[in-house]
Amino acid sequence: MSGPVNAAGEMTQDNPDAREVVLAARNVAKSYGQVHALKGVNFDIHRGQVTTLFGENGAGKSTLMKILSGVIQPTGGEIILDGQPVSFSNSTEARDRGISIIHQELSLAPNLSVRDNIFMGREIMGSTGVDFAEEERQTRKLMEELEENIDPLTPVEELRLGQQQIVEIARALSVDSRILIMDEPTSALSASEVEVLFKVIRDLTAQGVSIVYISHHLEEALTITDHAVVLRDGNMTAYAPRAEIDLEWIVRNMVGENYDLGSPPDTDMGQPALSVRNLTLPDPAGGFNLVDGLSLDVRAGEIVCIYGLMGAGRTELLETCAGRLRASSGEIVLEGKEISHLSIAERIARGLALVPEDRQRDGLVQTMSVGQNLSLASIASFTKGLFTQRRAEQSLIDASIREVTVKTSGPTAAIGSLSGGNQQKVVIGKMLATKPRVIMLDEPSRGIDIGAKAEVFRLLSEEARQGLAVIYSTSEVSECLSIAHRIIVMHKGRISAEFDSNVSKEKIMAASGESVAA
Amino acid sequence: MSAATTTASAADKKKADFSIGRLLLEGRAFFALIAIIVVFSILSPNYLTISNLLIMSSHVAIYGILAIGMLLVILNGGIDLSVGSILALAGVSAGAMMQGLQIDAAGVILYPPVWAVVILTCVLGALVGAVNGVLVSIFKVPAFVATLGVMYVARGVALLMTNGLTYNNLSGRPELGNTGFDWLGFNRIAGVPISVIVLAVLAILGGLMLSRSAFGRWLYASGGNERAAELSGVPTRRVKITVYTLSGMLSAIAGLVLASQLTSAGPTAGVTYELTAIAAVVIGGAALTGGRGTMRGTMLGAFVIGFLSDGLVIIGVSSYWQTVFTGAVIVLAVLLNSLQYGGGRKR
Ligand SMILES: Nc1ncnc2c1ncn2[C@@H]1O[C@H](COP(=O)(O)OP(=O)(O)OP(=O)(O)O)[C@@H](O)[C@H]1O
Ligand SMILES: [Mg+2]
Repeated sequence: MSGPVNAAGEMTQDNPDAREVVLAARNVAKSYGQVHALKGVNFDIHRGQVTTLFGENGAGKSTLMKILSGVIQPTGGEIILDGQPVSFSNSTEARDRGISIIHQELSLAPNLSVRDNIFMGREIMGSTGVDFAEEERQTRKLMEELEENIDPLTPVEELRLGQQQIVEIARALSVDSRILIMDEPTSALSASEVEVLFKVIRDLTAQGVSIVYISHHLEEALTITDHAVVLRDGNMTAYAPRAEIDLEWIVRNMVGENYDLGSPPDTDMGQPALSVRNLTLPDPAGGFNLVDGLSLDVRAGEIVCIYGLMGAGRTELLETCAGRLRASSGEIVLEGKEISHLSIAERIARGLALVPEDRQRDGLVQTMSVGQNLSLASIASFTKGLFTQRRAEQSLIDASIREVTVKTSGPTAAIGSLSGGNQQKVVIGKMLATKPRVIMLDEPSRGIDIGAKAEVFRLLSEEARQGLAVIYSTSEVSECLSIAHRIIVMHKGRISAEFDSNVSKEKIMAASGESVAA
Repeated sequence: MSAATTTASAADKKKADFSIGRLLLEGRAFFALIAIIVVFSILSPNYLTISNLLIMSSHVAIYGILAIGMLLVILNGGIDLSVGSILALAGVSAGAMMQGLQIDAAGVILYPPVWAVVILTCVLGALVGAVNGVLVSIFKVPAFVATLGVMYVARGVALLMTNGLTYNNLSGRPELGNTGFDWLGFNRIAGVPISVIVLAVLAILGGLMLSRSAFGRWLYASGGNERAAELSGVPTRRVKITVYTLSGMLSAIAGLVLASQLTSAGPTAGVTYELTAIAAVVIGGAALTGGRGTMRGTMLGAFVIGFLSDGLVIIGVSSYWQTVFTGAVIVLAVLLNSLQYGGGRKR
């Protein structure tokens, strides 16, 4: 991370609007066959400032960013860099001109170490081949800067999702680019890590680096941005400098009306649907227990939110309940029956479903269509005798698409053609289609827009009224204080606090071991 | 705004001629087969006759049956190098049973009837396949290595059983009640060789299984993303063991058909047939990374290979050139596969 890229000169006045535009899109369009992802968009990036791009799932944000960074080519319009029209035929060309991107979906090689991922394709050459020592030193420095305790030699596949995201960020930072595009860089990070990232962003802008930032965490984005741009259905619908905008402005321009994440529904809480007793999951690497003698009861019709920092053991707890990981001791009881010995499939059949955290790795089958992904977990329900029933499957798929409002050209579309948020909705829809009695959602709002988030939460409260027990984990405090009847804070594999829905944000954060100052 | 509409219509036009390319690409095995038939019919008057087509089809049957099993394994993201050896082992075992099973303890020699020989041989193939499956799914041995090992072991056992020799007499004797082994390879129903009928039945059953049954869906899902499939309740281990078992059983069936066609069973039969089977699957458009491929494509792939090599024989091209042509077709097929799956998806 050495220095600024010529921040010298021409900043004659301090009015942010008047600052120089370094990269601009003029009338940029992108079509995939009949799908018009972008319909002639103008977009400016200002030197040394943060421009935030807001928009619903599928609005075209990632598409625009991929065009600006050379990953894909526009079907119309032009890109202007420092006043000159340019065209990039791939991302390496854009990188050479100082533009780099952090992708929404992670693009790391899981078998390689953190160091090798960061320098992939740009290895530092010494006199006898690659200078690994220098690469390692720089990796350590980046990790220090990001205040993250990750060893440069760890294989990426051993890292948690959030840590992988940190590596992705570090890789983009290591390039010393003058324009840095971040497509939902914080979707798997917790508040304190976001704070560190923002500090880094402020340093960068002070050095003259321009940032484009995309996030569905609107409040968070507001604290860092200098300009806001709203995309809607492939068109730019609003632009304003920071001084003129607030949360209400963004929401109004993004989805038209004000969305509210809801409040705990009035439900008749019944018997405990899922009970966990003294559950312990040892760390395979031999450290502290990932889940440490944890006990928890969730009743039918109850909505429980699990809050915690990255590494608190939330994912491990949920995956143990689902059957992916085997506990070393303890009981898992579903509606009065012990289920620890059952397979994942048997647990799903008895009504326990998990929506996993990492949709690319654990949620989606990339070779299958949108429809086949949606019906994957409920094949038994439309199989009669030896064969699957086409019509029954079709109606299940149609119902799911409507229920979780997936924006797609049709059930036969490739899953990869969906925007990130819509892929997330497919994973949620797939598990809801199994008609569970207990549903566990690990960071369900990762990558979905506020409208969709409200929609998913509304759906969950609706189901809870019918007796579904809901457990969801989140790293965003505001999501805890929505539909959850009960908030559980996890810290180092244990429950460190338990609150009802009237608690304050500060108390939740304090219990998680997070600095409240954030 | 006009700029936007023009780009849109340009894109539409591009899509129109693109879709012709797409059709050619997706139906490539079919068009290749048509091209082969046309070219050889021009070169030789004997090529396009019913009798020749049926003879060639009965040759295709061997590769085709192996390719069905191979398709299942490849859809699962694996590979099965042992099919050629299992084919030989099955043939030799059937041959041995036809000569009589000596039971020393009782001092008698048993002559099982042909139907029992067929069933026992299929069970043997399934067992060897299951060994592959267990190695790959439970002991996590990479499929390439596990099936490579089994390929050597099975071939070795076949050689040991016969001391390297070949059973030439498979016809059985009427007084022992074990005649009829040549039925599989020689008889015809309504003029169609039994082997071709066996292939057709297996292909239809396999195709139905892939496209209509829950198991087929499990197979595509676990080949596409095993972790996601598992979390969606797919019994991924069971799927894996089943596909290798089926592949082993199909190899045994192919071994029986081949032994019956040749009226002899030798331990060196089927060397490199695994590669032909893989080639058929790949020409049929399946992705070696798993999760993509169809039964129809694989059958077309098997016919492309079979009709091409028989055609070259008929017009008198040397067998060295046959090898060169087959290789070229395989490379071309893989090239087109990467166009379809790699280029199309790249964003
Ligand atoms: N390869 C593709 N083929 C077809 N359609 C595509 C492809 N890639 C994107 N699209 C479509 O383009 C539109 C915009 O997608 P994009 O990924 O840019 O959305 P986004 O604003 O980033 O959404 P999100 O917030 O969910 O990430 C979507 O409707 C999507 O379905
Ligand atoms: Mg996106």
